[in-house]
Amino acid sequence: MTIEFTAGNIHDLAPADLVQGDRVAGRIYTDPEIFELEMKNIFEKTWVWVAHESELPKPGSFKSTYVGRNAVIVTKDRKGAIHTLVNRCRHRGASVCEQRTGNANGFTCPYHAWSYSLDGKLRGIPYPEGYEGVMNKEDMGLQKLRTESYRGLIFATFNQDAEPLEEFLGDVTLWADHFLKQGAGYPLKVIGTQRFKFNGNWKIQLENTTDGYHFPIVHRSWMATVDAETADMLSFMTDPESTCHDLGNGHSVMHMVPEHIDLDVDDGTEPLQARFDGLVAELKQAGVDDVEIRKLVRSMHGTGSNLNLFPNVGLSSAFFRVLRPVSVDETVIEHVALGPDAPPEIAEPVIRERMRIHEHFQGPFGFGTPDDAEGWARVQRGAQASPEMPIMVNRGLNREYKAPEGWVTSHSTDETGMRAAYAKWKEMMSND
Amino acid sequence: MTEILESSVTGSGVSVSDPRIVRTINLIWREADLLDRKDYSAWGQLYAEDALYVIPIDTSIEDFDNVLNLVYDDARMRALRIQRFTEGYAISAVDSARTVRTVSRFVPGSASEDMMTLRAAQILVAYKRGTYDIWAADVDFQIRLGDEPTSDRIVKKVVRLVDAEDMVPAAGFLL
Ligand code: FES
Ligand SMILES: [Fe+2]
Repeated sequence: MTIEFTAGNIHDLAPADLVQGDRVAGRIYTDPEIFELEMKNIFEKTWVWVAHESELPKPGSFKSTYVGRNAVIVTKDRKGAIHTLVNRCRHRGASVCEQRTGNANGFTCPYHAWSYSLDGKLRGIPYPEGYEGVMNKEDMGLQKLRTESYRGLIFATFNQDAEPLEEFLGDVTLWADHFLKQGAGYPLKVIGTQRFKFNGNWKIQLENTTDGYHFPIVHRSWMATVDAETADMLSFMTDPESTCHDLGNGHSVMHMVPEHIDLDVDDGTEPLQARFDGLVAELKQAGVDDVEIRKLVRSMHGTGSNLNLFPNVGLSSAFFRVLRPVSVDETVIEHVALGPDAPPEIAEPVIRERMRIHEHFQGPFGFGTPDDAEGWARVQRGAQASPEMPIMVNRGLNREYKAPEGWVTSHSTDETGMRAAYAKWKEMMSND
Repeated sequence: MTEILESSVTGSGVSVSDPRIVRTINLIWREADLLDRKDYSAWGQLYAEDALYVIPIDTSIEDFDNVLNLVYDDARMRALRIQRFTEGYAISAVDSARTVRTVSRFVPGSASEDMMTLRAAQILVAYKRGTYDIWAADVDFQIRLGDEPTSDRIVKKVVRLVDAEDMVPAAGFLL
């Protein structure tokens, strides 16, 4: 069954054949035709992350983003329903919104002023006489994607026949529930977004969120600049408790800090990190009780896991990592920082500290991200050579087992999560 | 010093030819040179202990404490950043882009005996593996003048990138 990649066949193999269990071909990073097919078969077929509910705080709130290469606007209408609309006027195609976020009653195209409501309906056309008997306004609303959410995590799809979101997520919901506990009893809210781009294929980033193997190597420079307790917390390389589960549908979860997988589980023995002494004092001053302070402080680094969703979002420790494919060798990444939506005397000091932690590692000038991006760019460059030589995703095949829940499981430094994502990729790329 | 327009006078009434401003600009150019040469240890010496270096995401604000930024470095973080840039573990710094920057279009702000504010334009071109990236920014400086020019120190630098809210490349150098 396994197809061997050779110099003779590598350029002729069908895209789905370029994934072979323990290996993939470099062509999946470099072939523009494969990228086109991915946009059609994956990004315009499945559920794609578009927003967190806190980004749409009130009726009229909107956010511009993308589903694959399609610019979309995510809106909250007067009744509180969320819509995802293609940002393209139905007249002659102009974008109707160029603001990243905001509040509006609707969108008016700047070209000939067709106006649309928050749910995408075409509301008004100037000088409508020319359309009498020519077209129905009802048929000319902004194109609408299906939009569904799970506990504030909002996804959209072009595919009107896609399975319900919760079915797509499957066992992901269990781990998303764990992720959301870092609000320490409060809902989570977006506290800022960093954006950067790298010259490489989107799947290189997708792999990275489930790549525990690179951590102490690529992030050695970050490790050298944090306190000993934080460095120690992330020394999972040989910790047998630190595992990765294939959750099905291309999704996986990798546990880097096993003792923080479920932040509600706390036997009280773990000391709070000394770096948060100032924060603890500030919260005490504000009259917050010790139990709540402990909860908030234990959640400062987020959850102990990276939950990697196929195809475009990671619920990664303390933030959302959102990827956007631009072209076969260009990808945009958003690092969306999160904090508790708590009363100001709690939210302000906690969020300030979470922002500083986020800035330290993440973003285009963080102590972690630029080194990741350098690694990814190097994969893109290296993978151009000897296309018949496979990219190996075989690490840990010798120690995979089935967890009681049925999840194929291995160590966090293994490539189980990548194999999960590529199995889904292969399935979707096989579809006509 | 030919870039200084002798006639340029701002609302603050301080001319760019004011000797205090000339000292300030000298310090800014020295900083630019050290950053392009990636002499981070010497660069760190130009900053006061209480100095703040910020690359904000929201370029319209002045208080960066309660927002997420791209860089928010106090003395502690600045020292760690210098360590990261110089100790050789950070693959993005080891193999970083070559940069050439110009800082000009100086507009003096407030001036007192020992504290100057100034804004400027910075155009930086970064070259790496066949790709040129342009980094354009308005930069705000606050500079404390010492007893002599060698003891002048940067107290605050805010780099307001024109595309700060958009996606910039991940950088192995400093603006
Ligand atoms: S293109 Fe939008 S109204 Fe004409
Ligand atoms: Fe990483």
